Amino acid sequence: MENKKLFHVSTKTIVATALGAAVFTLLFMFVKVPSPIPETSFQTAYGIAGFFGALFGPIAGGLIAFIGHAISDGVQYGSPWWSWVIASGISGFGFGLAYKYLKVEEGVFGWKDVLTFNIIQIIVNVIAWVVVAPVLDIVVYAEPVNLVFAQGAIAAVMNAVSVAVIGTLLLLAYSKTRTKAGSLSKEDEAKS
Amino acid sequence: MKIKVFSYNTLDTPIHHMSGLSKFICFLLLTFTVMFSYDIRVILCMLVFSLWVLRLSQIRFSQIRLMVIYVAVFLLTNFVISYLFAPEQGPEIYGAKHIITVLWGRYTITWEQLLYQGTKTMKYASVVPLGIIFMLTTNPSEFAAALAGVGLSYKVAYAVALTLRYFPDVQRDYNDISMAQQARGLDMSKKASLGSRFKNALLIIIPLIFSTLDRVESISNAMDLRGWGKNKKRTWYARRRFSRQDVAGIVISVLFFAAGILVSVFINHSRFFNPFQ
Repeated sequence: MENKKLFHVSTKTIVATALGAAVFTLLFMFVKVPSPIPETSFQTAYGIAGFFGALFGPIAGGLIAFIGHAISDGVQYGSPWWSWVIASGISGFGFGLAYKYLKVEEGVFGWKDVLTFNIIQIIVNVIAWVVVAPVLDIVVYAEPVNLVFAQGAIAAVMNAVSVAVIGTLLLLAYSKTRTKAGSLSKEDEAKS
Repeated sequence: MKIKVFSYNTLDTPIHHMSGLSKFICFLLLTFTVMFSYDIRVILCMLVFSLWVLRLSQIRFSQIRLMVIYVAVFLLTNFVISYLFAPEQGPEIYGAKHIITVLWGRYTITWEQLLYQGTKTMKYASVVPLGIIFMLTTNPSEFAAALAGVGLSYKVAYAVALTLRYFPDVQRDYNDISMAQQARGLDMSKKASLGSRFKNALLIIIPLIFSTLDRVESISNAMDLRGWGKNKKRTWYARRRFSRQDVAGIVISVLFFAAGILVSVFINHSRFFNPFQ
């Protein structure tokens, strides 16, 4: 098996990015559960970004969340909300860092890998939603500090749950469909 | 859930005659001006200008009704919760406090708070027409050419173009799977409990992802077979030549951009317009 390069971009990476972003856009607009805190909701779409990131690397993950969020904002609100779109992109990029440590393509996704994937995604979600998004909101729109940090904390928790549940389940299901390396063995020659 | 991503139609207006690339440049310049400035006079000028361009490009209200409703709801909730969370944000920014009336406890209404929240609302509102104009007057095929034109890697631009191309297909897949699962007895209505609705959503997402991965395989093979991505650069079929309208649009946007920055630097001496000192 070739050595995994984190930032290698092949045709497949680009196509996976494009279709991943299309799925992200769709789920971002239609498959969400509103939360009690205004302007935030439980987004199933981040689970998709986590899944594609783990499978195709940080470039794909980052672009999927960035493009998907920008398009669905554009369609719903007329213009992308850059502060949150950028934070989305950063979180998708971060999910993709798990790509280096996983071998899902080869059918390997055990408990240790589940743990690795989730530790990375939780750290990334905290950075994106508790640091990047609120700071951009304060810098650009001078939003009240306590408000944006409250929203950011809620978003971080809900997105982390989304990636933990949907991302992990998708990765488990996908790894089951892949053949493990060395799962075939030569038949005993004496038998034939 | 029938939604068209871009209800683009060809019309004979100066805005439609501009190339996607120059419209994108204008969009970025004007959006940046609005995001940078915190001067309500600059922002109102931008809002009036963008509404005028919206009229010029003959966009009908029926095309944007849904967006207007979404934005209005967003602005209203934002207005209310920023007041509830920080009724003193305005006085803090402007360094003065002119009380109009006291509601209860720390909730007072001050001129500073009104100016701050008014400016913020206008700031959010004025980028909306700009985005709508760009999206509804640009042919989606020109999108990728425009993105590559501002210096983005063509592979990224191509990814965006492919997203727009395959969104309807993914949407159809989603509907088909959802129908099939409902035929098998999955309750997607509001009657089901929250937990089971979540589980049911998952039962649609998993097949959707697997069919998408199959599609990724066949599309990327087709592109590889045609030698996609071999060279450092590529040309775009949909790119248009620059016309008079393009030059005019970019010049106007640059002027707005420069004016916005100059007002902040020389008149306000900060990003904020402060009439209270």
